[in-house]
Order: sequence, then C-alpha cells, then structure tokens
Amino acid sequence: MLLKRTEAWITGIGLVSSLGEGVDAHWQELGPHVAPTINVDDAGYAPYSIHPLATVDFSRQIPRISDQRQMDRWQRIGVHAAGLALADAGIAGKPELLDRIDLSIAAGNGERDLVLDARILEAMEGHRDLDGTLNHLLATGLRPTLYLGQLSNLLAGNISIVHKAAGSSRTFKGEEMAGVAALEDAVRRLGAGQSELMLVGGALNAERRDLLLNLELGASLLHGGYRSVWARREVGGGMVPGSIGVFLVLEVSGHAADRGAKPYARIAAVASDRSARGPGEAAVAMRSLFEELAPVVDDDRPLAVLSGASGVEPATSEECQFLQELKDALGPTRTYGSRLGHGIEAHFITGVALAALALSKRSFYPPCDHTESAADTGSACRQILVTSLGHDCGEALGLVEAVEERPRG
Amino acid sequence: MARTHGDHRGRPLVAITGIGVVTCLGNGVRDNWSKLTSGQSGIRPITRFSTEGLKTTIAGTVDGLCDAPYSAADLSTAMAEAAAHEAIAQAAIGESSAFPGRLIVATPPSELEWPHLRALYAAGSGEPEGGYARLLSAARSGTFGDMARHVRFANIAGRLQERFGTRGVPLSVCTACASGATTIQLGAEAIRRGDVDAALCIGTDATVHPEGLIRFSLLSALSTRNHPAERASKPFSKDRDGFVMAEGAGALVLEDYDRARARGVRVLGIVRGCGEKADHYHRTRSEPSGAAIIGAIRKTLYDAGLAPEEIDYINAHGTSTPENDKMEYVSLRSALGERISEVPISSNKSMIGHTLIAAGAVEAVFSVMTMQTGTLPPTINYDTPDPELPLDVVANVRRDATVTTMLSNSFGFGGQNVCLALSREPI
Repeated sequence: MLLKRTEAWITGIGLVSSLGEGVDAHWQELGPHVAPTINVDDAGYAPYSIHPLATVDFSRQIPRISDQRQMDRWQRIGVHAAGLALADAGIAGKPELLDRIDLSIAAGNGERDLVLDARILEAMEGHRDLDGTLNHLLATGLRPTLYLGQLSNLLAGNISIVHKAAGSSRTFKGEEMAGVAALEDAVRRLGAGQSELMLVGGALNAERRDLLLNLELGASLLHGGYRSVWARREVGGGMVPGSIGVFLVLEVSGHAADRGAKPYARIAAVASDRSARGPGEAAVAMRSLFEELAPVVDDDRPLAVLSGASGVEPATSEECQFLQELKDALGPTRTYGSRLGHGIEAHFITGVALAALALSKRSFYPPCDHTESAADTGSACRQILVTSLGHDCGEALGLVEAVEERPRG
Repeated sequence: MARTHGDHRGRPLVAITGIGVVTCLGNGVRDNWSKLTSGQSGIRPITRFSTEGLKTTIAGTVDGLCDAPYSAADLSTAMAEAAAHEAIAQAAIGESSAFPGRLIVATPPSELEWPHLRALYAAGSGEPEGGYARLLSAARSGTFGDMARHVRFANIAGRLQERFGTRGVPLSVCTACASGATTIQLGAEAIRRGDVDAALCIGTDATVHPEGLIRFSLLSALSTRNHPAERASKPFSKDRDGFVMAEGAGALVLEDYDRARARGVRVLGIVRGCGEKADHYHRTRSEPSGAAIIGAIRKTLYDAGLAPEEIDYINAHGTSTPENDKMEYVSLRSALGERISEVPISSNKSMIGHTLIAAGAVEAVFSVMTMQTGTLPPTINYDTPDPELPLDVVANVRRDATVTTMLSNSFGFGGQNVCLALSREPI
C-alpha cells in the first residue's frame, strides 16, 4: 500500500496530569492489567474536587528560573508538556525544524493574583471609590509579569521562547471547543499543504480558586466529593477539573517519513458543530457529526470510544443518549475524565493523545469506572472515536486510526 | 464548478465583499472614513471611571453604543454586532440571520471586572474566611448566573453566531494585538482550502477599564502625554512615548471570488496573501534584528506571489511606542529594501489609538477604503519626524494616490507577527 504523503500523523506526545508525566507513565496508570488509581483532592477546595498535578520537575523542560518566574502555573504545565512532545518527536534541539513548526494552541486566561484580589476586596468593602482607591491599590499591587501570565496567547509565546519553536502561532479560545479548533485547524492545514509540521496542545491548572469561581458562576462544578463522570447524574452532575498539560506533534506523513519519524497513529477526521443546546439538540448534533465521519469508519468491527464527557448536566446525559443510540456500532466506551478530571481546553486533545497511545500499543484501556463494560479490554483496535460534547457549548468528534505501515510501538 | 479565477498557485481567490467598523471616531465605515481622512482624533480624557492617581488618563473609548452598564464582554459584543451587521449588509450575503459561512472572531480576555468581584464579595458576607472563599460562597447561591457570560471564552462568538446564523463552530482566537489580522488569515485559508465559501472575520476589543489600563501602564507601554489628549498618539515621531489604549471592532466578509462574481456583488478588495512568524526572543520585545517581523512580511509576499516592488502603500502597525515603530521600520527596510523610504505609510493609530485585539481587523477595513478611494489617511501628530526612521509617512494631511497592492502589519506581545497583502480588483 502506498504511503499517503498528506496524512496527519502524530509523531510526538507530551502529557502531564494528576497521574504522572509522559506517555509511559500514563500507559502504566491507564493501560490494561493495572489496578486503577485516582489522584483527587476532595478537601483542599471543598465542596469542590480537583485532580492536582502529579509532582513534576519543571526545570527539566524549563531550565531557566527566570523563564519559570515569568509564567503562571498553567503556562509552566503547558510549556513542560510541549517540551516533552518535541523531545518525543525528535524535534527538540533541532533549530531547522523548530524554526518552522507551527503552533496551534488551546487556552483560556491565566491566573489572577488571589492574594491581591482579596486584599483589595477587603480594603474596598463598603467604599464607593470616589478617590481612586482602586487605582492606587492596583497600580501598586499588580505585577506586570503576572499580567503577561494572564494573556491567553502567552502559553504559545512562552513555548516559542523556551523551546525556540517559532514557525507561527495561533491560540484558540472557547473552553472545550478551543481544543477542538486547535486540532481541527492543524489537521486541515496539514491536509491542504498549508503546514507540514505542527505543535498542537493546551494546558489547564485546576488548582486555582479563580478558575473554580468562573465555573461555579455557570453552575458547572460537582459538589460534595469525587464520583466518576457517569455516577454524577444522580447528584445533579458537575465537573471535577483536572490539571493537565497535553501536546502533540502532528506532521504530514511524507515529512515524517523523510526524517525517519515514526507515528503513534494518524488523525483520520475531526468534525465539529455548535448546536443551540435546546433539549436533545446536542445529541442530534453528535449523531450528525458521526454520520459525517461514517465514510472513514470501519464497519466491520465495533468502534472503541474515548468519551470526553465532563459530568456537567444536561450535556453528559445528552452524550449518554448519543452513545446509547449508536450502541450497535460502538465498542467499549472509556470516559477518561473519570480518571484525569476535566481538562477543559486541553480535554479533547488529551483524548486524542490517549487514543494514539493505545493504537500504538495495539491495545485499549480498561473501564474508567464501574459503569463501563469490561468487555474488549486489551483487544486490538484499529480506530478510536474521541468525543467532545462541551460542558456549555460545542460538539465534536475525532477519529484516530492506527498506522499500519511503520508503527511506533 | 470550474474555477475561472485562481491565484498564482491555482488556489481560489479570496474576495472582500463587505466591511464594517466601530471606533472611538464613530459607528460605521462612512463616518469613520470621513473623520479619519480629515485627520480627526478620537482620543479623549477617560470619563468611564475615575482616573485619579493614574499616569495615563486618556483613551479612545467607544461611548454610547451599548445601553448596558459597561463591561468588556458586553461592549465588545455590541461593537462586533454593529460592525458585522454593516459588513453583511454591504455584502448582501445569505438570507436574514443565515450567513453562509464560518465566523472567526478575535475577542479580548474573558474575566470578571472589579464591579463584578465587588458585587460577589458583598453578597458573600456570611462566609467567614474572606477572599475567594467569600466570592465562591456568593457564586454558590446561584443568583449570579448572569455573570457567567463574562468568563466564558466562547460567549462572544456564541452570541454572534446566534445573531448572524453562521455555520459550524465559531472560532474564538487570540494572537494578542495581531488577533484581528489572524481572523482574516484563518478565513482566507479556509476559503482557499475549499472548506467554506465565505467567512465572517471580526476583531473586537473594549477593555478600557481600570485594571486593563493599569496593566499596560505598568508595562510602560502607554503614552502619558494626557494634555491635549488628541496629540498623545504620534507614531514614527521622535518624541513618541507610548500607545493610547482604544476600543473598536472591525468586520470583513470574505468570499470565494468566483462565488462573489457569480452572485454579482461588488468586490471591494482581494486578500492576496497572509504570513505569520513567531518571535522567540522575549515576551514583549522583538528580536533586535527584526527577524520574526521580516519573516512574517517575507512569508506574506511569498504567499501572495508578490515582489517587494509591487507594494504601493503600507498600513503600519505603528503603535507610537519607541520600540514598535523602530522595529517596524528596521524590518520593513530589510524586507522591502531601500525603496521603503519612498513607499507611503500611515498609522491609523495616530487618530483611533490602539484597538488591541481588534486592530488588525479595524485597520484592514481602513486598508480596503484606502484602495477603494485612492485616499491615504494621514498619520497625525507627525511634527517631529524621527530621523532614524526615514519613512514616507503620510504626514498630518491625507494624500491622494492610486493603491493597487498594499501591506497591513499587526504585531503582538508573545512574539506574534502577522502581515496581510491586500489588492484592488482586478489583480
């Protein structure tokens, strides 16, 4: 079979989460034949739960302390994961490749200075601010470097500075759809010859009260202690955010082959839409997206699913409905958010990374909670469907496929 | 359908068929263009909030457009809607509220502002711990759900999608002060790929609030020449001392050229090419040789199939900071050669200030008007030219010139550099 020279191959993965650092650690924790562990903190942010980042020595990917000081934690997580991906793909330290790698990144805002906010709120309580008190407190309290830590595109900027990855960079926003857009735009550019080599990813620092505040305003958080994604509906649903950094090196197959890089898998398709979210509309939208993918889905075997369900209602019930309606076509479903938490902007790309990892191992994952069927665990699959039904808006599917020609394994 | 008009590489040509704009000069292309070409400034003392104790007390705010109390999200949305409505009406595209293409919008940070934080803090007074525990306690009451729109990054794009009926997931993008140009690049690429027939590209930014102003002030990026306000923004002048924050929105309808011609709509201009290059030197400064900016311009010329000699005019990024204007000159000179001293150049920011996230889109709208009318808008306050930047600045009064092909530059913090090449029809 002739090599298709414009396929989007995944040739590098960088992943850090509550379960550890790197693809091997994640396969150890999530792969078959291991007793599942969950790293969740129910106490530190009660009544909310979060999945804290495992211990990571950022200095291994961000050696200069001055660089680390210029970044918020979400940026450090992301820059670290980007460095892992570049190293994994054999691109780190190669100026010719780094100078033309295109960055496609999913991000929210950075972190606020919570101590300063608290101090100002206390000082201003009951104050009508007719004398510029707020101005004074902000002008003397804000740190300019922290503002740069808050800009959405400064994750990309820091990746360029620390890793010298600097072909171009675009940052997409919009919660889950940020990750979908970053990946979809990258895949389309690769397919159309608008880029040959891309670094795609995102990061979330879940361990921040300002993030929790934003999510709580939208009534999107799980209260009262950890439960798996599918066990949350009986308590009204909700998200358990997880600290995650995920990056993929994507490149056109011809480019990878020419430099001898081996793929984990290829991205066969990404499809997305944004329904109005009336009752049932998200499930219908997902069904339409699945039909869009149908021409490239193998119909001779059930399709394994990595579900990006967040636990937030009614989105999670809509996803359940979608999966139920397709149960004859689908194989086992694994909801990786039950193990890693919800990575928001980083979540869909994390699902694609986990799919690529499993395909490269010619295997799949055991159940992520007791509601998922143990059937087919460990059986070889050729395609994995990754779902993203955004907690507030947006629907997407990704299809990741094994590469037969020259697998990495 | 057989393609009748491809570009030099056989890709679909990308036509601009509708433009819309809101700035501190006013609402709509006509009003803005008339003021911009007569050298009128929209920069004035800030009245939205107390500027007591601040080094910078001026900005180019957009006042009176939005009935709701000011917030960045609401005003940014209102401006984007106004600009998009104007652009779509001009393009006369699609059925009412059914734009036949994708929405790509550049939006400012989504965050709570001090009035929101203070309202939450007051409501959470039963919580003994203080700080964010108190804010979270108020949020848990469920009575502040309306505030979620300020912190949802997809909110502005979602509102615009509902209003204009665009197709697919709307894209929200941020490449800092290059964002507006990035929306045009994303739209042009999607049309060239054949993914869509049309794209609605919008940049919008309304972040003149105390924290927004103070952040830039602490980075020493803002002009502190508050009196008279309209004289503060002086791109390429020797005595420039920083940019002036401003608000605005620009919207462009991009279309496959053949489709636009087939439906008989007037083509306002062509997106000939786009280029971007990331800088890995510093978070707020360019690599001293200008390598990344030069790279962005060269990529643009290559993408457009243009020789440097074919550029008739430049709509500069021209922020009026000492650093930007110098780096822009150095890079233009490297990319276009000695001839740069003879290519007319203007910075719209001398009159409308720096519209930040929106700038690339707002200035693309004015670029289209420049080509359409043969009028180069002036760079006002250009009384003391910087001798180190020997450029043909369109000084203080407009100039008549035929512009066939031009560049529009946009640069942003975080090493973002985007350049657009635009042409008149026919090319």
